[in-house]
Amino acid sequence: MKRIVTALVNNQSGVLNRVTGLMSKRRFNIESISVGRTETDDISRMTFVVDVEDEAQCEQLIKQLHKQIDVLKVWDITDQAIVARELVLIKVLSNPQIRTEINGIVDPFRASIIDVSRDSLTVQVTGDSEKVDALIELLRPYGIKELARTGLTAFPRGQQRQVTEMKPYSLIK
Amino acid sequence: MQAKAKYEQTVASQTGADVLMQTLIDEGVDLVFGYPGGAVLPIYDALYKTDLRHILPRHEQGAIHAAEGYARISGKPGVVIGTSGPGATNLITGIADAMMDSLPLVVFTGQVARGVIGTDAFQEADVTGITTPITKHNYQIQELKDIPRVVKEAFHIATTGRPGPVVVDIPKDISGEIGEVDYPETIHLPGYQPNYMPNLLQVRKLAEAMREAKRPVILAGAGIIHSGAHKALLELVERQGIPVVHTLLGLGGFPAEHELFLGMAGMHGTYAANMALYEADLLINIGARFDDRLTGDLQHFAKKAVVAHIDIDPAEIGKNVQTHIPIVADAKFTIEALLDEVTTPPEINEWVFRLKQDRIEKPLWYRKQPKVMAPQYLIEKLHQETNGEAIVVTDVGQHQMWAAQYYPFSKPKKWVTSGGLGTMGFGFPAAIGAQLAAPDDTVIAVVGDGGFQMTLQELSVLQELRLPVKIVIVNNQSLGMVRQWQTSFYGGRHSQSLIPVQPDFVKLAETYDIRGYRVETEEELQEVLSATLHDREPVLIDCRVNAEEMVTPMVAPGTGIHEMIGVKP
Repeated sequence: MKRIVTALVNNQSGVLNRVTGLMSKRRFNIESISVGRTETDDISRMTFVVDVEDEAQCEQLIKQLHKQIDVLKVWDITDQAIVARELVLIKVLSNPQIRTEINGIVDPFRASIIDVSRDSLTVQVTGDSEKVDALIELLRPYGIKELARTGLTAFPRGQQRQVTEMKPYSLIK
Repeated sequence: MQAKAKYEQTVASQTGADVLMQTLIDEGVDLVFGYPGGAVLPIYDALYKTDLRHILPRHEQGAIHAAEGYARISGKPGVVIGTSGPGATNLITGIADAMMDSLPLVVFTGQVARGVIGTDAFQEADVTGITTPITKHNYQIQELKDIPRVVKEAFHIATTGRPGPVVVDIPKDISGEIGEVDYPETIHLPGYQPNYMPNLLQVRKLAEAMREAKRPVILAGAGIIHSGAHKALLELVERQGIPVVHTLLGLGGFPAEHELFLGMAGMHGTYAANMALYEADLLINIGARFDDRLTGDLQHFAKKAVVAHIDIDPAEIGKNVQTHIPIVADAKFTIEALLDEVTTPPEINEWVFRLKQDRIEKPLWYRKQPKVMAPQYLIEKLHQETNGEAIVVTDVGQHQMWAAQYYPFSKPKKWVTSGGLGTMGFGFPAAIGAQLAAPDDTVIAVVGDGGFQMTLQELSVLQELRLPVKIVIVNNQSLGMVRQWQTSFYGGRHSQSLIPVQPDFVKLAETYDIRGYRVETEEELQEVLSATLHDREPVLIDCRVNAEEMVTPMVAPGTGIHEMIGVKP
């Protein structure tokens, strides 16, 4: 199962190495990592998408991360209300004839074409992973020359669902 | 204090190395183990001007294992200095060993100058990179002014929470640089806040489970010793009447002669201890980490039990065994809180009676063979001759298990062994460290002939310091544990495990100006032990034992702890 784990870490050299080393040592499977500074200069946020066997393994991952001195806080935010985005660059084969066609595909995704050459163009799209995957699949038939994904970055929404607001499960509705 | 006073007079301008020495003295360090070299020349120059006691082993591995032995017995952090590159890499085994066994070490390694880091300079190795997975934390000093803060943090991290090794890598140009620094009073580590006090709701839950239990057992690990919880544990056991089993590293946390003690559990544990874990309906783990050598096949481990786990390291809880009552806290504080909650002891007479029967009917056992000495007998004799009061330090292998089985401990901090990493070559240098930590105690290094040959160069340290370490070689002219597994599980093919060619250990000892004896019979053993164990001089006793002997009973690999083989019929 995929989980999204986000951590605040000291912005120091070697921290990424500590974290990825820990994951490979304990055999956690990382799908993506994104790292960047936060509003505080000496703190970075890392967001991992990990593929774990069960909740116990995910709990173990979080505990092991938390044990690192340079890791300040860790959350598994998969089940929370979150905003999660990644940025993808896709270089698609295209000739002048089909540029408009591709434009038509890209538009509804609110993606943009950021570079054009004689035989290709580059699309930039941001969004959650499902949206990005959908666009990639639509563009694949044209021939994808290159693709670069930043990996997911995420944090909880400003307002979380209250337990009382959650709809109870019902078989009828 | 005296050291400090003298030191301040002699230092006019402070180099990075001087700052380091000042910080060590401020941390209360009075003993360091180390080996000089190019990248630590400024540090050794600064050390020269202090009164710090420095122990020079003959290999860096000797330094770090000695520091481990010192830390285990004294409870204080072991401090080690090694040079860059090979000096640092020679320390690696000991650092990994200390990590596995939660020993507080602060290890300083030299590094090449900042300007050439990353250029494959002479004696350069990426020490922080190499040691990241085997340390609790590590640092590379980037600027002179960071030294006091980093060293203070290093000692704090190494000694608090779950103890462990911390490496501080110091580039040579910083240790030689002159400058002014501030010594911080406080520590600011927002990412490191170990929790000592137990959650009272959880403690009450455990107390409730104890009241209801019909077959409770306490599994006591090294956490008891680290937190000084042995008295509290004894009180808890006496008030509640719950039987106790130990892990290998926990030995001594509970008095072995106590009627509720069932022995060590695990691969070579007692039948009673393992059956208690197997049958229990409440397993209270205090400061042990459910190592695979303890649990055997997890499919069969404590399946009938409500598992309570008290550990200062939250990551240990639920790692191997599903836990119902987790308590992340210090062992001593938790037991003390528990003592306030428990009332009448549970009704478990039947259970205790049955376990006591197991202990009597299926004890540890061995057969004496004519003409050869049984290694178990040797350990029993050591126990008898020292009234069970010696500090016993072992290497790794068959002799280690026999020492754990046949040398019962009544007190904590008498037992030093490499449990988690299982490091051959550990025993002898660790005994040197143990002797330095407890100069008035009798320290016996029980080693095998294989492991002893890995670090025997440290005989020089005994020669130089006249430390009265008693080296007892359990000599079966083989790598006994390897041979035993080859006998049992690899069709008797003794591939590379028989080593009959070995030095004359008696003459070897004599070249180091240490008395050496060879012992082949029980009579000789008695004679030599009475003549040599009670004085203040080092001795080496080469004990030729039955080479065919196996460690029993045993939980074979891949089986459950209830399926022991070699139990007394």
